[in-house]
Amino acid sequence: MPMDPIDIVEGRVAVLDRSDVDTDQIIPKQFLKRVERTGFGEFLFYDWFRSGEIELEAHPILVTGRNFGSCSSREHAVWALKDYGFDALIAPSFSDIFFTNCTKNGLLPIVLDEDRCKAVAGAGEARIDLDDQTVNCAAGVFHFEIDEEIKHRLINGLDDVAMTLQRAEAIDAFEADGRADRGPVTTAL
Amino acid sequence: MPKNLFEKIWEAHEVDDDLIYVDLHLVHEVTSPQAFDGLRLAERPVRRPDKTLATADHNVPTDGTPAARLIADSLSRVQVEALETNCEEFGIPLYSLGSERQGIVHVIGPELGATQPGMTIVCGDSHTATHGAFGALAIGIGTSEVEHVLATQCLVQKRPKTMRILYRGKLGAGVSAKDLILATIGRLGTAGMRGHAVEYAGEPIQALSMENRMTICNMTIEGGGRAGMVAPDETTFEYMRGRPGLPDDFEAAVERWSELPSEDGSSFDTEVEIDAGELSPMVTWGTTPGMVVQVTDEVPDPERLDSPADRDSAERALAYMDLRPGTPMTEIPLERVFIGSCTNSRISDLREAAAMIDGRRVADDIRAMVVPGSAQVKAEAESEGLDEVFQSAGFEWRGAGCSMCLGMNPDILSPGERCASTSNRNFEGRQGAGGRTHLVSPKMAAAAAVKGHFVDIREWT
Repeated sequence: MPMDPIDIVEGRVAVLDRSDVDTDQIIPKQFLKRVERTGFGEFLFYDWFRSGEIELEAHPILVTGRNFGSCSSREHAVWALKDYGFDALIAPSFSDIFFTNCTKNGLLPIVLDEDRCKAVAGAGEARIDLDDQTVNCAAGVFHFEIDEEIKHRLINGLDDVAMTLQRAEAIDAFEADGRADRGPVTTAL
Repeated sequence: MPKNLFEKIWEAHEVDDDLIYVDLHLVHEVTSPQAFDGLRLAERPVRRPDKTLATADHNVPTDGTPAARLIADSLSRVQVEALETNCEEFGIPLYSLGSERQGIVHVIGPELGATQPGMTIVCGDSHTATHGAFGALAIGIGTSEVEHVLATQCLVQKRPKTMRILYRGKLGAGVSAKDLILATIGRLGTAGMRGHAVEYAGEPIQALSMENRMTICNMTIEGGGRAGMVAPDETTFEYMRGRPGLPDDFEAAVERWSELPSEDGSSFDTEVEIDAGELSPMVTWGTTPGMVVQVTDEVPDPERLDSPADRDSAERALAYMDLRPGTPMTEIPLERVFIGSCTNSRISDLREAAAMIDGRRVADDIRAMVVPGSAQVKAEAESEGLDEVFQSAGFEWRGAGCSMCLGMNPDILSPGERCASTSNRNFEGRQGAGGRTHLVSPKMAAAAAVKGHFVDIREWT
């Protein structure tokens, strides 16, 4: 799917000071039954919000703890965060599948070390420049690393299916070479 | 240069830079509807329906509901019916409710012989690593990637790092594959394998059945790993023999697959060694799979943890689990027992559990259920009389599905209920809002059902 391009994310910072926040907390399973990509924001952190355990303003930036988005592959977690209002996440680390899911939906995941995450959280406001790869806040200007291909796709809001289909010749050649002959013919099972 | 198992599979599937060909795409109802919508919007076909296979599992009621249109919960019904419509429209084979091949996606792939060594397999489900037990590279993906694979049969993927976890020694009696992987996650942490394709190796792994290897690979994601793998061997080929999805010339395939194991001298980015002989039956006490101790231990004291973040997590976990530091794990009273899930619902899991309870009764205050992983496992268990063993002991014997592993169907915990579960995640609310989950092996769960609390099954007679 094409996504909204990201260049600058600027504004106030919401803080969730917890590590290992799993996708079951971000969007509990009872809300995975929708067949659309929209409308998940109201179910974000459903149990924690309802119990009053945490409160999060829908600011553009969320700073959180290490290993954010662990475990389940549910992209609904990303849809919920985005729908709620976040455009960028900053954490010391993200779970692999969750990180990938963010980059397919125009939600910018930024890895900064723990001290810098705290500094951004403390500053309360920040300006993220994806092209420059910097987070600028009252505590300083912090550089972050991001894969070039991911950056290119995010800045241009590109649909990665369309991008891969531009390489269809390589896929055709792979199949024509007999290299794609492994595995069952599922339609003949 | 000598190559490891991962490198051989990766290199055989590189279509282009960071573009990997997918040999089998498994699909289920929860993570696919938005992907099919994306295809329709862009007017794209499914490139290889003949390399795609679907089943309904997460939403399936385990009460014997025979068809999607009869599912009582309307949202679940819509989701399974959407899968049926999508598979029909795009020509994808589907085993939905009522099919004798329906079941948890990670159970039916292997049992159909669709999961084979040397393949790349993806599924919109983080427990896809299960299939790595056959020496396949199996990766869990999100819905956007599901759409991408449907449209292109390829996955955009950076080459992960490799890790080998080499187990030494021998698993003790009563210590199972589930204990081995729980102990491994306890040691490495829930992000300890992040960014890695992990090969589980060593004699203790080679000695395990395929079902046990699947249990281990299954929980790779709980350690943060991208994929878990075990080298294929005679045990693998013996398990596969006679299954429907195999190549016509099976023996020739076995010869090819025998070339897959990591070569002597091949290297890994990260190496870990664990003495399997030192492991005990394990029980989780907290709200991540890494919060785990031996059954003979006590509930740990957060004060003894070094980092403030760990202390904070442990304190919150204990509050949620309603546990006090210093309580022996064997004195925690249980209310529910669940034997099932893509981690532990295969025939050998059920046999192991049944052997523990033969002739005994479920404790008075316990509600215990067994949920076979597939319609085929259910039929096989019934042909062996396991359903009788469980039911006469007081267990409920249910239909195939994900059931109480994740509470997307009517099987859930009530708030505050405490459950010994053979599943893979003990997150807050995972098995139902407010529910408290302790992860254990099938034998440990069966024994806990009989006693009403955890027991050291090494003393079970």
